[in-house]
Amino acid sequence: MTMLLSIQDLQVAFRMGKGVRAEAVRGVSFDIPENTTVALVGESGSGKSVTAMSVLNLLPDNAERLGRILWQGRDLLQAALPELQALRGKEIACVFQDPMSSLNPVFDVGQQLTEPLMKHLGLSRRQALTRAEELLGEVGIPEPKRRLESYPHEMSGGQQQRVMIAMALSCEPRLLIADEPTTALDVTIQRQILELLGKLKTRHRMSVLFISHDLGLVGEIADQVVVMRNGIIREQGPVARIFESPQDDYTRALLACRPSLEGNPARLMVIDDHIAASVRAAQGHAALAAAAAEAKDPDAPVVLEVRSLAKSFWLKQGLFGKREFKAVQGVDFQLRKGHTLGVVGESGSGKTTMGLTLLRLHEPTGGEVIFDGQNLLKLGDRERQLMRRRIQIVFQNPYASLNPRFTIGQTLLEPMVIHGIGKDTAEREQRARTLLEKVGLDGRAFGKYPHEFSGGQRQRVAIARCLTLNPEVLVLDEAVSALDVSVQAQVLNLLKDLQDEFGLAYVFISHDLAVVRFISDEVLVMKDGVVVEQASAAQILAAPREDYTKRLLAAIPRGYRPAAA
Amino acid sequence: MSAVLSADGAPGDALQKSEGVWHAAWRRFKADRVGLVSLVIVLGFLGLIVLSALGLVASQWQDEVGVANAPPTFMGPAAAESTAAIEVPKGPNVDLSDVDPLAPRYKEWDERAKQFATTETVKAETLPFGGDRLGRDVLAKAVKGTEISVFVGVMAALCATLIGTGLGAFGGFFGGKVGDFLEWVYNVFESIPNILLIFAFAAVVGRGVESVVVILALTGWTGMYRQVRAEFIKHRSREYVRSAEAIGASVGSRMFRHILPNVSHVILVRMSLLAVGFIKAEVILSYLGLGVRVDQVSWGTMLAEAQSELILGHWWQLAAATLFMAVFVTAFSLMADAWRDALDPKLRGLE
Repeated sequence: MTMLLSIQDLQVAFRMGKGVRAEAVRGVSFDIPENTTVALVGESGSGKSVTAMSVLNLLPDNAERLGRILWQGRDLLQAALPELQALRGKEIACVFQDPMSSLNPVFDVGQQLTEPLMKHLGLSRRQALTRAEELLGEVGIPEPKRRLESYPHEMSGGQQQRVMIAMALSCEPRLLIADEPTTALDVTIQRQILELLGKLKTRHRMSVLFISHDLGLVGEIADQVVVMRNGIIREQGPVARIFESPQDDYTRALLACRPSLEGNPARLMVIDDHIAASVRAAQGHAALAAAAAEAKDPDAPVVLEVRSLAKSFWLKQGLFGKREFKAVQGVDFQLRKGHTLGVVGESGSGKTTMGLTLLRLHEPTGGEVIFDGQNLLKLGDRERQLMRRRIQIVFQNPYASLNPRFTIGQTLLEPMVIHGIGKDTAEREQRARTLLEKVGLDGRAFGKYPHEFSGGQRQRVAIARCLTLNPEVLVLDEAVSALDVSVQAQVLNLLKDLQDEFGLAYVFISHDLAVVRFISDEVLVMKDGVVVEQASAAQILAAPREDYTKRLLAAIPRGYRPAAA
Repeated sequence: MSAVLSADGAPGDALQKSEGVWHAAWRRFKADRVGLVSLVIVLGFLGLIVLSALGLVASQWQDEVGVANAPPTFMGPAAAESTAAIEVPKGPNVDLSDVDPLAPRYKEWDERAKQFATTETVKAETLPFGGDRLGRDVLAKAVKGTEISVFVGVMAALCATLIGTGLGAFGGFFGGKVGDFLEWVYNVFESIPNILLIFAFAAVVGRGVESVVVILALTGWTGMYRQVRAEFIKHRSREYVRSAEAIGASVGSRMFRHILPNVSHVILVRMSLLAVGFIKAEVILSYLGLGVRVDQVSWGTMLAEAQSELILGHWWQLAAATLFMAVFVTAFSLMADAWRDALDPKLRGLE
């Protein structure tokens, strides 16, 4: 088998001014054979995207590259720009993470598809349009002829990504670089895109360089896996060996820290635990064994009861007309102290709107939210302010949910000042520091600003802010979705610990069934604003009743399975 | 802004306290050489203004210290006017006392005139930067003019910023009926040609420094309103504002403690641009005779005077006013640019 692309001792550094250089990739070597899918796996900051982007030199101007990148024997690092431009799109094509921002919103799909065809293959406009229609059909877009005239915003995220793939395929490339192509998409759509990529790979006999942070996903699609961390390769090999007998501690930790659908440990392994454990094991001590989850008291008092909650938005239609859009309708559930209710659904299913409505961050259109015997939706301003203390929310994006101009200390003190918790500043500060330690940050964080922290640390601060008020119910709106797998595991463990310690009740909103399964006692499955299924977490996984739930479950990447290979 | 500037921390925290947004901005600003030079120039002007307001500099600008239209020192005194003398008629003087009805009183008038001491003040032939048509020192005038022009520009910018930010914050944060009403007010102001609006206000309010400030503030807030409104609309649905709402922060606190510091860089830069614009607007107003009172001086009144002097070749008043204004306005604009670069959080990722 000949090597299509061979990366040899690649080093990439970014000049940061004043002689400072940030090394992103430090000596990476791997090969991509013909007709093979190679997956590059790692957490954010591991240098996986930088490695892939240096192949076509799509890096910013301040990047310096060393080493060799051989494309069919030719060194691309020495290649002049015109030579690279001839390769880009024609022999090596790219698909990026966010289809929404990769497509030009002011051109219709036909124009964007025909451009590379006319440029690289020299087709006439008419030939190019015919070919574009074929391509759209090939990537599974219904009514391709009509779709040629639609604009990107008229398509769903999955369809946009299909268009991106069609564009990448248009010149029959030998190598497709897919940089987290499914991360921004729902699980069911992700499944379709993966299947599409697999099919196209065999049909066109091309190679794929697949970049992802999700080992589960990679296990399903890749032939070869390269695991990266901090700019170096930790391990590489055929997918079966990586999954069945991983050699490197880090790979093993990555495999372990992802909640799975089979078996439910009380805690997730985190990377440091794992590495520490294997060190201990090597020294002759017993490794940590994951204990099974303890059963919770099924008769705990009900803290939150929701009856036929509904929220509608009014969309303008025509000059004076209005159309009702029912974002949430008829949601009922009971939440017991110390329990977790998982809410799953795809984007647009109304799960976030439901969470915001619980706190009255959106005014609901109907229904009741009974909290401690009082209907939250009927409270006056003062009682509502008191209730705010007892039901709190953590948002998805830790980069957006902290005020960038507040120090962590100010962020934590503010709710206590508003609600008059603690006698004076000294006492409040004391409390804030205790809580910081409780969520796993040290007191030094107090005077720092949010931009000095990583995503996981920021999410811990957001959780600490909620805890300052001693809430009884915490709404977690995709609280771990934006985090790396290993950080996700840490935050999930933290949430479990806090629940055990304070008896918190969680409403855990997520699109990720595996995570929901790990943390929830009961699960609501939502679709188009309606609850389609409601059952205990174990039951939903073991015996889903609804087709929709079954489809969601089937779409979850399960990692490498020999039978599937 | 105050929320950040008064950032508190426990006494023992002094060492752990990390660099705030404003500190970081100042550090970046210091690295910008052009910005730093312009800051020094602007501070120099501000010092001059303080001195002149305290009466330490240029308090005697009204004194006619030089001859009329005295040229600048480096040019030397003006050449003596070579008026061709009328030829003296030849022959003896004729005694007219017989026919002059006033002749008997000449003696009396001479006597009376002797009772008053007359002092002949020596007027300077040249002045450092020349004199105006009354012989007043142009340099002193320009310094005094700086005081008024800059005061007008900065005060008007402050007032316009206050109006624009306040209305923009309310319009952007609440939207709905309040927003619609404010948009309507904004559109009314925007639909009238600017200079017409200024004239209309000037006709009602009358002349004077305060009037100029009020006029400029009332007509110049619209751009600020528009920008602040857009920023508030953008920020009000951000998650950090949502989480502030979730912990029970009041509307006022969300608007001014949470959002305002996050859009303050926009306001600050816009304000400095407004100040530059208003200094120029004051010049135009005074030039048109709608600006400061006659007994005051500003760059605008100097330029207005220079118009008639220029025909006679007396260019120095124009030069002085232009030079002062150009240096200050350029330095101020460059400083504003440097501040914008230093404050823009979008560049923060590069650190």
